[in-house]
Amino acid sequence: MAYATMIGAKVRRKEDPRLITGSGTYVGDLKLPGMQHVAFVRSPYPHATIGHIDISAALARPGVTAVVPGRDLLDAYEPLPIGSGGEGGTSGSVSRPHSHYAISIDRVRHTGEIVAAVIATSPEVAVDAVADVIVDWQPLPAIVDMEQAASPDAPRLFDSLPSNVDHVWECNVGDVAGAFASADRIVKQRMANQRLAGVSMEGRAVVALPDYTTDGLTVWTSTQAPHLSRGSLAKTLRMHENQIRVIAPEVGGGFGIKIGVYPEDVALAALARIHRIPLRWVETRVEHMLATTHGRAQIAEYEAAVKADGTITALRVRITADIGAYPVAPDIPDLTGKMLVGVYHIPAADVQISCVFTNTTPVAAYRGAGRPEAAYYIERLVDVIAADLGLDPADVRRRNFIPPAAFPYRTVVDTLYDSGEYDRALSKALMISDYAGLRAEQVRRRAAHAAGEPVSLLGIGMATYVEMCGFGPYESASVRVEPTGTVTVMTGISPHGQGTGTTFAQIVADQLGADFEQIIVKHGDTATTPMGQGTMGSRSLAVGGAALVRAVAKVREKASRVAAHLLEAAPDDIVLEAGRYQVRGVPDRHLSLIEIADRAYSDDLPDDIDPGLEAVDFFKPPELIYPFGAHVAVVEIEPDTGQVRVHSYFTVDDCGPRISPVIVAGQVHGGLAQGIAQALFEEVVYDSNGQLLSGSLMDYTIPRADDLPNFTLDKTETPTPHNPLGVKGIGEAATIGSTPAITNAVVDALAHLGVRHLDIPLRSERIWRALQNRKESQ
Amino acid sequence: MIPASFAYHAPQSVAEAVSLLEQHGDEAKILAGGHSLLPALKLRLSQPGVLIDISRIGELQGIHVGSSIEIGAGATYAAVAGHAGVRSGCAVLAECVEQIGDIQVRNRGTVGGALAHADPAADLPAVLLALGGSVSAQGPGGSRTIAADDLFVEMLTTALEPNEVVTKVTVPALGKGEGAAYSKLKHPASRYAIVGVAAYVKLAADGSVAAARIAVTGAGPKAERQSAAEAALVGSAGDDAAVAAAAAAAGDDMEYLGDIHASEDYRRAMVKVYTRRAVAAALSRARA
Ligand SMILES: Cc1cc2nc3c(=O)[nH]c(=O)nc-3n(C[C@H](O)[C@H](O)[C@H](O)COP(=O)(O)OP(=O)(O)OC[C@H]3O[C@@H](n4cnc5c(N)ncnc54)[C@H](O)[C@@H]3O)c2cc1C
Repeated sequence: MAYATMIGAKVRRKEDPRLITGSGTYVGDLKLPGMQHVAFVRSPYPHATIGHIDISAALARPGVTAVVPGRDLLDAYEPLPIGSGGEGGTSGSVSRPHSHYAISIDRVRHTGEIVAAVIATSPEVAVDAVADVIVDWQPLPAIVDMEQAASPDAPRLFDSLPSNVDHVWECNVGDVAGAFASADRIVKQRMANQRLAGVSMEGRAVVALPDYTTDGLTVWTSTQAPHLSRGSLAKTLRMHENQIRVIAPEVGGGFGIKIGVYPEDVALAALARIHRIPLRWVETRVEHMLATTHGRAQIAEYEAAVKADGTITALRVRITADIGAYPVAPDIPDLTGKMLVGVYHIPAADVQISCVFTNTTPVAAYRGAGRPEAAYYIERLVDVIAADLGLDPADVRRRNFIPPAAFPYRTVVDTLYDSGEYDRALSKALMISDYAGLRAEQVRRRAAHAAGEPVSLLGIGMATYVEMCGFGPYESASVRVEPTGTVTVMTGISPHGQGTGTTFAQIVADQLGADFEQIIVKHGDTATTPMGQGTMGSRSLAVGGAALVRAVAKVREKASRVAAHLLEAAPDDIVLEAGRYQVRGVPDRHLSLIEIADRAYSDDLPDDIDPGLEAVDFFKPPELIYPFGAHVAVVEIEPDTGQVRVHSYFTVDDCGPRISPVIVAGQVHGGLAQGIAQALFEEVVYDSNGQLLSGSLMDYTIPRADDLPNFTLDKTETPTPHNPLGVKGIGEAATIGSTPAITNAVVDALAHLGVRHLDIPLRSERIWRALQNRKESQ
Repeated sequence: MIPASFAYHAPQSVAEAVSLLEQHGDEAKILAGGHSLLPALKLRLSQPGVLIDISRIGELQGIHVGSSIEIGAGATYAAVAGHAGVRSGCAVLAECVEQIGDIQVRNRGTVGGALAHADPAADLPAVLLALGGSVSAQGPGGSRTIAADDLFVEMLTTALEPNEVVTKVTVPALGKGEGAAYSKLKHPASRYAIVGVAAYVKLAADGSVAAARIAVTGAGPKAERQSAAEAALVGSAGDDAAVAAAAAAAGDDMEYLGDIHASEDYRRAMVKVYTRRAVAAALSRARA
């Protein structure tokens, strides 16, 4: 093999051949002998009491094995764990008194909630039998509007709670009153972060198989976090963790919605144990829209105290966060609080975030989880400040940036940023986008439009984001060199599309002298991988990669000792150079990993070297890490219809050193698609009665290739001191930067017509109305 | 997403399909491209006991171009868009079907299915109305022709009898001095028409507008002719003022439907915008 440095190289994804040729195995592909199928009876009401459930007709249908209302399973499990769907290492808090069972009893609190399960010999029969189950529903008044949920006369979800408020996150630091009293200007803006659905290409799916060797279960589930899932299943089913094996085979996307354990996981596990047969459930897209957790769903009121030059001296913020019907991930809005000031030095803040229950699908992690909301608010607010003061938005940003010399920097909301050079990223983004040229073109178009020419309006938007990622508490890796020099890595993270197997192989190739082609990275099986957390919160490389570096170092050290023995040198004199273990300063005395591995498993080792060539290690991140960047979006708006076209898009993302540039680019592309889609397209809509109006992809708009331009990607590189690779996360960054950049661009296109803010998603009609209002007021 | 169970027949001829329809009555549904019917079955909005798949009937496939263009009801959008005779004789048809759905939809969906289904947001009905086309249908009593103007009765309802099969669609081949265009505001999620406007014009020797037909789809419960807009155009010079007058007159006495993406007000305004675009394009083609 010709030696090449793999870290930083543009390599093709190891995962792609099997995924592109359809050879990957997903949960829905599994066929086990004797397997039966489950379908669920779900609530058509957002809030109702469950009366008598008549299962007789369903039971009588040929092929139906069992029909199971919630009451039948009360002895089988505990209520679902609370807070299992979070991203920020805050999972599993048990302080809240309210939860529900996998199959609800007595009462439902959102449409799509499960009240009975049907087991049948085929999926078709199971679905037919669901229609045969007759539930005596007694509808209750529902609360859908998050801002009204906290009011004393709103219908209440939990009788055991004094109100629909789950908790309020608060922070009041610095002289807020003083800053407002002495401000040159007070800038206020109300902003909303609409509710989104995850819409992973593969929905959720579960297969549960009784395992008689452990008197337990094997559960295949489409999850981002098999170990967490196993822990939750064990706790809920009152089993030991070692009785349950959770396998996440190929997983077709997650975006945060597949972190926690779901009612369907627990129900299938319990039913498989009771009925002693393997069971399968595969989510439909309609179930996905109804019953898989949603994201975002906040409304914010911001007030900034500013100086005439654009300096922000204080923020006063009131946010309402809708956490849906159950506390699946109630702490995510707290992350919005923790990232409140973004990239700016703001000395005082008074913040309250009220997290409220509503009769809607629970809200949990979705790409960025709490941080995109914060970045959107502050980046929009800075643009509003710039517009109010007649300043260039780039100048207002520069006026307020946390300077490079200030790192590590503790923000007013007590978040400790590791490293950053915000102006470097912004300046580069403005340069590659030819910001000055764009502004000149904008002036030309505005004049032409005013003269009645049929031109589209040009909008230029920027966003400078920072986000928080690399959550703990730990991650793991094991590295095994087989006798022929091949390497198998087992990681505690659980990639589901990210291509982390490629990135990890690049690291192992360089740091162990292994052949990239002969490295296999395995994940997603609690029986074979070391204890881990999973893939979420942009942590795979920063935390899982760091664990890998440590495990590789152990193996390399062992390999060096074997090499020292064979080359008759001191272990300290063995160096790994250009893929070979050689004696320092004597380049022709060297061994390959293959030669070393062969010896490591032979009886030809000295007494002080144990056989074998493998190691496991863990990494506990000392602090969180803060990737950042600057985006510039250019949009065109058709004045007579309000339709937006994204004309071009420029990113300068700083995720520290890039191990695999192709995979970084992929994460940025996908992140941009989702962030742009929040700005322009996506929204989960309920009517005031709690019925979902965006229940299918005919109504819920996901972005498509032809909605997006070619992206221009660039970078700066600011390493973090908090892990051995110096890397920061890139999984969520582009999503976080792009929603405000696009929104700022659209508002900028209309700014000369007096538009100051528009809520997202920026549907054509919303923009058209803003233009109409302007016409009418002229 | 699993449909309720059904029996399946794949007749080889139209006559056989008609007799199966007769035999099974209300229980039966024709299955063509399946791109409207199958989603409805999977959502269990429709649960027919019998499906009669006409996609293997050879006599429904052909496309013939002469003084008029005859398209077999079973021809797919892709077949229509790719047909050289259609592209030269009635380019607006290709222009329309190329904007339907995505490649998969265009490879399966059929012109007969689209017209028989009469989805309020479907594209083809507007074009058929603007071209003054017709469909041929075969029932137990034989064949008949239904003019476009008589075909669309209300939302998802046509003048077809339940036991009739659409066999072909006929539109005129456009000659000198004639032009037609279709202009569409796509629904962002479904890509159906939020508003679609088809316009046809015929110029007199002196360049004035001798005839015009304008039809709107997507905005309301069914595709509809716009007689006020047509009247504003006919007899005019077809200049900018006439186009503006036609656009201003379009969509005024129509029923509208709104959804989360586009309200009735917005659709009303867009009918005017897209009428202007379609009429302007049709005029410039007629002059070419
Ligand atoms: C993702 C997606 C996107 C789409 N986007 C668009 C779009 O942008 N614009 C648009 O116009 N449409 C769109 N469609 C709908 C598509 O055009 C359908 O193909 C069309 O509406 C129905 O044609 P079909 O051949 O598929 O008919 P089917 O679905 O097979 O049948 C539809 C109905 O017509 C009846 N029928 C079919 N053929 C005949 C016949 N010969 N005689 C009598 N009755 C018949 C059937 O019994 C059934 O009731 C879309 C569909 C999908 C799935």
